[in-house]
Amino acid sequence: MIGWLRHHWFSFTQTARRLAANPLASLLNALAIGVALTLPLGGYVLLVNLQHFAGSAATEAKISVFLAQDATQAEIAEVQTRLRATPGVRSVEFVGRDAALAGLKRTPGVAEVVATLRENPLPDAFVVTLTARDAELAQRLEQQFGKLQKVVHVQADSAWVQRINSLIGFGRTAVLLTAALLAFALVTVTFNTIRLQILTLRTEIEVGKLVGATDSYIRRPFFYLGALQGALGGLAAWAIVELGIVLLNRDLAVLSGLYAVDMRLQLLDSVDGLAVLAFAAGLGWLGAYASVSKHLYQIEPT
Amino acid sequence: MAIVSFSQVSKRYPGGYEALKNVSFSVEPGELLFITGHSGAGKSTLLKLIAAIERATAGIVLVAGQNVSAMRGRAIPFLRRNLGLVFQDQKLLYDRSAFDNVMLPLIVTGHPWRDAARRARAALDKVGLLERERANPITLSGGEQQRLCIARAVVNRPSILIADEPTASLDAEYADAIVEMFRSFSQVGVTVLIATHDDRPIRKLQPRVLTLHRGSLA
Repeated sequence: MIGWLRHHWFSFTQTARRLAANPLASLLNALAIGVALTLPLGGYVLLVNLQHFAGSAATEAKISVFLAQDATQAEIAEVQTRLRATPGVRSVEFVGRDAALAGLKRTPGVAEVVATLRENPLPDAFVVTLTARDAELAQRLEQQFGKLQKVVHVQADSAWVQRINSLIGFGRTAVLLTAALLAFALVTVTFNTIRLQILTLRTEIEVGKLVGATDSYIRRPFFYLGALQGALGGLAAWAIVELGIVLLNRDLAVLSGLYAVDMRLQLLDSVDGLAVLAFAAGLGWLGAYASVSKHLYQIEPT
Repeated sequence: MAIVSFSQVSKRYPGGYEALKNVSFSVEPGELLFITGHSGAGKSTLLKLIAAIERATAGIVLVAGQNVSAMRGRAIPFLRRNLGLVFQDQKLLYDRSAFDNVMLPLIVTGHPWRDAARRARAALDKVGLLERERANPITLSGGEQQRLCIARAVVNRPSILIADEPTASLDAEYADAIVEMFRSFSQVGVTVLIATHDDRPIRKLQPRVLTLHRGSLA
């Protein structure tokens, strides 16, 4: 067990030394990977911010419930109790047909049209405020309310929530797609770096095999190299994105001042940042694995 | 019981060249054995079959009771840990010191560092290179490089030492010192197999000699 740990520590320090021995090449590799990862990571950060912004800016979702013209007072009261008793409903406000007409009359441009009407065409209505801004809930309640007695039409004001959510969903898919593509790029970059390393260390590999090194002993430093390079790339991506946010926030601060809203972008939190590092390291390891499987067995002592 | 034994071993390389034909012999533990023959007679091939660098196409190669010709790839590193190999083209690593070259077999087997360093220095001392331990092998003379190669081969205390043309390209004085070194290893119980076309040490030591002629034992 101790011998095994010693092996790992030795491989790791050896790998770190090799990276440090060639600082420019290592830096460029890390930057290439970092830039590739910046695109999906930056997209992700923008999405998170958009979601956050949409959440904080939204008023509560509302559903308008329109009643039939011939609904009696008793029936209206019945609907109101039913609406109040529904889970997910915060408050129910009655808007009588006369009140609604009065409201329309105050609206410029509509007032003239309304004045020509001989009788009030508007129905009685309820405005139901929901407890949460949740598109699914809104949709479910919309259907449920439509089935109530004497209710002829239900209009969810939450359509924009759905719109934003589907927009965010679209953005998420786009981010995932770029992430998948660039993850592939990362694996390819690592594959190539490791191939070059294997060629460079050809003699060392041969000698190692001759003095009794096992395959896993020989493979190990390359796995470390791939993972370490990936992690460095992830670190570069993290730094680039944070820098970008800081720069954008400087401009947004001016806008925020003008509109009196807080529009600053959130920095990437450390959990997300570490997840990016782990993901990049994992991909580097994968690239190294593929490369080692392909190239290491071609080197045998002669 | 023989530590190395060949029975009816043949080796045909891809392309049809037959390097060894029906070779049989055995070596006792602690024996000093020379293998001679003209160049291309199959000396190197014979040694490579022992270390599983090449595999026999027919026959059985037994090393310390293990059938090397049928050995699985995963077992080969453990076979080689019991062998000390000295090559014609030395295969030293020029990106590290003489000391680190000798350390390699011990690091590969996961030896504790302090003990490994002690053994590496002992091996360097044995071949007379202790003062040059910090030197890069490229700065050593041909004879010194060959001795460094021997130090690396014996640092793991192998039971079998295999050397392919260890005295080639060395002048007589150096060559004698190297051969003397191999003899001293065989005297402490190490089995030593040396392939050479140099007959000076053979005349001097009168060891057991196998002579190969076009892949067959003469």
